[in-house]
Amino acid sequence: MSGEIITQELKNEVDDLHNRYVQCIDDDDLESWPEFFTEKCLYRVIPRENEEVGLPTAVMWGDSRGMLQDRVVALRNANIYQVQWYRHIISNPCIHSVTDGVIKAQSNYAVFKTCNDGESTVYNVGKYVDLIVRDNGVLKFKERSVIFDTHKIVTLMVIPI
Amino acid sequence: MTSSNRMQWPENADHTAVPYYLFNDQDIYDREQRKIYNGPAWHFVALEAELLQIGSFKSTYIGDTPVVVTRGQDNEIYAWVNRCAHRGAEVCRHRHGVSEDGTFTCVYHQWAYDAKGDLRGVPFQRGLAGKGGYPKDFDKTKHGLRKVRVINYRGVIFGTLSDETPEIETYMGEDVRFFFKRIMNRPVEVLGTTRQYIKGNWKFYAENAKDPYHASLLHLFHATFGLYRSSQEGATLINNDFHTVLWAKGGKEDEAALEDVKKDKLRTYQEGTYTLNDPSLLAGKQEFDDGISLVILTLFPSLVLQQIQNTLAVRQVLPKGKDEFELVWTYFGYTDDCEEMRNIRLKQFNLIGPAGLISMEDGESTELCQKAIVSDGDRTNVILMSGSDTQSEGHLVTESAIRGLWKGYRRMMEL
Repeated sequence: MSGEIITQELKNEVDDLHNRYVQCIDDDDLESWPEFFTEKCLYRVIPRENEEVGLPTAVMWGDSRGMLQDRVVALRNANIYQVQWYRHIISNPCIHSVTDGVIKAQSNYAVFKTCNDGESTVYNVGKYVDLIVRDNGVLKFKERSVIFDTHKIVTLMVIPI
Repeated sequence: MTSSNRMQWPENADHTAVPYYLFNDQDIYDREQRKIYNGPAWHFVALEAELLQIGSFKSTYIGDTPVVVTRGQDNEIYAWVNRCAHRGAEVCRHRHGVSEDGTFTCVYHQWAYDAKGDLRGVPFQRGLAGKGGYPKDFDKTKHGLRKVRVINYRGVIFGTLSDETPEIETYMGEDVRFFFKRIMNRPVEVLGTTRQYIKGNWKFYAENAKDPYHASLLHLFHATFGLYRSSQEGATLINNDFHTVLWAKGGKEDEAALEDVKKDKLRTYQEGTYTLNDPSLLAGKQEFDDGISLVILTLFPSLVLQQIQNTLAVRQVLPKGKDEFELVWTYFGYTDDCEEMRNIRLKQFNLIGPAGLISMEDGESTELCQKAIVSDGDRTNVILMSGSDTQSEGHLVTESAIRGLWKGYRRMMEL
C-alpha cells in the first residue's frame, strides 16, 4: 500500500474538522458552512437505498462552494419552513487511508431535530464518507458524501447535514 | 355534525367550498379506501424501468393495501396483494430486488408462490409420516395470492383492485394522455428514489399539485434569485374532472437564456435580491421542441408525473391514515441520455424532492393546513380563483383544477 502513515496528530486534526463542521451547523452559522469545502468540491446527501445499488440521485448535490452558498442564501431568503434546530452527534470517526495528501475518512452521525413545539426527534442518521485535503494549510472537504439510513424524510430537508 | 351524517355532502358546500372534516375524519378515510383505493381507479405502482430483469420485484401500496409488482419468467408484469393466502402474513419483505428462481415464499409456513401470485407449493401437504396434512380435495389453484390487475402504459405500471376500472386511456382523458406520452416518449432509466413523509391528509397534497396559483407565491426560489417565472405562458387542462395537466413555458431556462442571465450578472427581480453564485444549477437544455419547461400531470389519486426544466420524476402519493401520507419520488432520465444530460438532471434534482429548492415547501404547506383545520370540521375553504367552473383554461391563474378534483372526488366517493 502506497499510503502514508496515519499519525495521532492527523487523527486529532480530522476530529477537529468534524467537530467544527457540526458546531457550525448546529449553532446556525450556516454562512460559514461552505468554507469547510474546497472551491471545487462534491457535497451530496444521498439515501443509502440509492447509494447501495449505484443510483446517483441525491436530495442535495453541490459540486462547487458557490452552489453550497446558494443553498444557504435560499434557505435564509426563499425557502419556507418552520423554525428548527439540528443537533449532530458524531461517532466512530476513522481515517481509512492517506494517499497523495488525500485523507479518506468515515464517521457516523445522528441528527436530532427540535422544532417550535419543543419536541426533539431523531431526524436523520447515517454516515459521512469523506475525502479531505489540505487547502492553504487547513483541512477541507474535497468530497463529503452524507449517506443516510433514514430514508423517511419527515416534512422536508432544508438545513444541510 | 357527527361522523354518521358526514357521509352526505353538506348543503353549505359544493366544489368551490369543501368542508374541512374531509381532511380529518376516520370514516371518510375508510370510505376512501373502499370507494377510491379499492374502487375503479388506476394507481401508479412502478416504472417498468424498475423491473428490468426477469424475477425482479418491487413492494408498494395501493392505498392501505400492500402490493408487489413483479416481472415473471414469461417477461410479463404481474402484481398481487402482499398477504399470504394461508394466514395473512406479508410474503415479500423487501422493497425491491430480484428473485433468482422466480418464487416468493412466505417465511411463516413457507407457502411458495410464483411471480404471478399462483400457489406452487405447501409444506407437509400430505402430512408427515401419515399424520396431518391437508384434505385430499385441497386445491392449490384456489389458494393463490389476490391478484391485482395491471397495465403497462408507456413504461408506467398502473394497478387497480377493481374489475370495473375503465381502460387506462379512457380513464386518463385526451390532454392527460397527450402530455403523458410527451414525457414517456421513449425508454427511461431510473436514477433514484427519495421518500418524504408528510403529516397532512393526502388530499391537501392533491390540491397542491393542481394549484398553479400558489407556485410563484409559496415557492420563492426563482423570485429570490431574480429569475422571472410568473409571466409564463401556460395552461390548466382538466380531464374527467380530477386529472390535470398544468404546463408552462419558461423561456428563461434554456441555454440561450442562461447566457443572457450571465451577461446581465443575472437579471434582478427587484432591488436588493440575490444572484446565484453558481448559475450552472439552472444550465439546462431545451429537450422538448414545444419549449414547455414545466409539466405537472396528476392522475387521480396517486400519481404526479412531472417535468420541471430537465428534471423528470414520478411522485407517488400514499395515504398513511387520515392525517399523514408518504410521497415517494422516483427520478428518471432517458436511456439514451448522454453523460452531459445525465449530469444536468442530477444537478437539477436539487430543485425537486424533499430538499428541493422549489418544491420542499409543498410538504410544509400541507402540514400548515392540517394543523389548522382540526377543530372546525364543518367550516369550508374557498376555491374561487377564476370563477366556479371546472373547465380547462388557457392560463395558470386559476383554481379550476382543484374544483375539478372535488367534483371528481364526490363522484367516486358517492357523496
